Amino acid sequence: MVGFLGANGAGKSTTMRLISGNLAPSHGSVTIHGYDLIQQPQQARASLGYLPEHPPLYPHLTLEEQLDYSGRLHHLRGKALHHAIERVVEQCDLQQVRQRLISQLSRGYQQRVGIAQAILHQPQLIILDEPTVGLDPGQIRGIRQLIRELGESAAVLLSTHILSEVEAVCDRVEIIDHGRQILSETVGDIASRLHRQSLLVTFTTPPSAEQLQAIPAVDKVETIAEGRFRLHHPRGESPATAIVERAVAQQWGLTALIPEEQSLESLFLRLTSEINS
Amino acid sequence: MIFTIAWRELRNLFLTPLAWTLLALATLILGYLFLSQVDLFVAYQPQLANLATPPGVTEVIVSPLYANGATIIMLMTPLLTMRLLSEERSLKTLPLLISAPITATQIVLGKYLGVLAFLSILIALMTTMPLAISLLTPLDTGLLLSCVCGLLLFSAALAAAGLFLSALAPQPAVAAISTLGLILLLWIIDLAGNGIESGTAAAVIRYLSLQHHLSPLLQGHPGSENILFYLLFSALFIFLSCRHLDHERWQG
Repeated sequence: MVGFLGANGAGKSTTMRLISGNLAPSHGSVTIHGYDLIQQPQQARASLGYLPEHPPLYPHLTLEEQLDYSGRLHHLRGKALHHAIERVVEQCDLQQVRQRLISQLSRGYQQRVGIAQAILHQPQLIILDEPTVGLDPGQIRGIRQLIRELGESAAVLLSTHILSEVEAVCDRVEIIDHGRQILSETVGDIASRLHRQSLLVTFTTPPSAEQLQAIPAVDKVETIAEGRFRLHHPRGESPATAIVERAVAQQWGLTALIPEEQSLESLFLRLTSEINS
Repeated sequence: MIFTIAWRELRNLFLTPLAWTLLALATLILGYLFLSQVDLFVAYQPQLANLATPPGVTEVIVSPLYANGATIIMLMTPLLTMRLLSEERSLKTLPLLISAPITATQIVLGKYLGVLAFLSILIALMTTMPLAISLLTPLDTGLLLSCVCGLLLFSAALAAAGLFLSALAPQPAVAAISTLGLILLLWIIDLAGNGIESGTAAAVIRYLSLQHHLSPLLQGHPGSENILFYLLFSALFIFLSCRHLDHERWQG
């Protein structure tokens, strides 16, 4: 389960199209399940399930017709096709809309049909290009749950620009920017990289930065605005109690104390700005 | 695999009112022309009989029917072929076909056969008219067969050209207009050939004309060069479509 992360225009979709055989590489090669995508396209594509950014669905077909056609295109026939459709309809929770036209389905359902179509022929590699774009939070949770289930039986390559999605779903993260890979790590390694922690504090009668710096366990003081500071501290040693004590004793008028953990987001921004500079 | 795509394509045509409307209109117009031709034949039959070599029922009624059919198919084909590949592109469904374990040739041939099946249905409907009068009077089956085959070959050529332009065009409407333009140009191109009396240029232009190769077939003289012309014409455009679809992946 690999998450493919990048800003808009970083080259995520292009990479997805390359791997799915929709775009031929000008140099280099793509090998899927031991088959070269250019030399043996049929065998390579047989073990590939691809959901592009826009799910490739025919609006004038019903869900069953769509899945039937897609299955036939993947050489499924008769009983095998019937069972495959039953399986994905159940897996993607599409029972209620089986006879509906694709054009009448909501965006969330269409996305589910797209995933159902991509896993119909039980591919070893599933490529999902931004599967949760344009969905409401409830639908996003459903789709993520589904993707986690898929990851149990096949390799899943998920592209997204939403960092929490990668944190929630993936085992490994690849970050790309301007078409280049800038980070490739497991989610666990990344979590330990995010050891820096901080507190966001606001005061009505703020002390000087030096006074705050003097508090034990405060590494660095960052002034955000008048009366607003970010205090960096080592993991596991929070200066929060000390701050509250001093604020009360010296009447700083503490109004907020918010613990912050550096997110994948800020790591991502740091990495991309480091590469660019 | 080719037949899966062809069957889907044919079903898609009948899912829209377009196919039904086209079939209904074509049958209505051809039926009207056919009946007026029958009237004409009945009215002039006594005079025709006085001629040294009187033309038969088939020549007077059936050949003009298929000539009119050719005109109607010429106007209809762009509407049928426009959606083939350019709609896949505008609906963004092309990746489904491209990432499936099938070749570009299978996709193109499937789409082509789907449209050809529809045109064959139209020609079959049209053929019920001469078959109806064959219950009352014997027909020249050789000539009828030549007409049917000629019109099928003609449709196959037009469908191939439409398929290719649909592969090129970003939107179905562009595909339709350019197909109509190409077909009309090739239909009337021998007007220039008639103007120039002789020379290779005139011969080449006349050879390119779609009409020039159709009329012998409709008159019951199916020369192999005419049949070959339509087959080559179709094969060329199918080949170009396959190449284009394959090539598109290299361009992004």
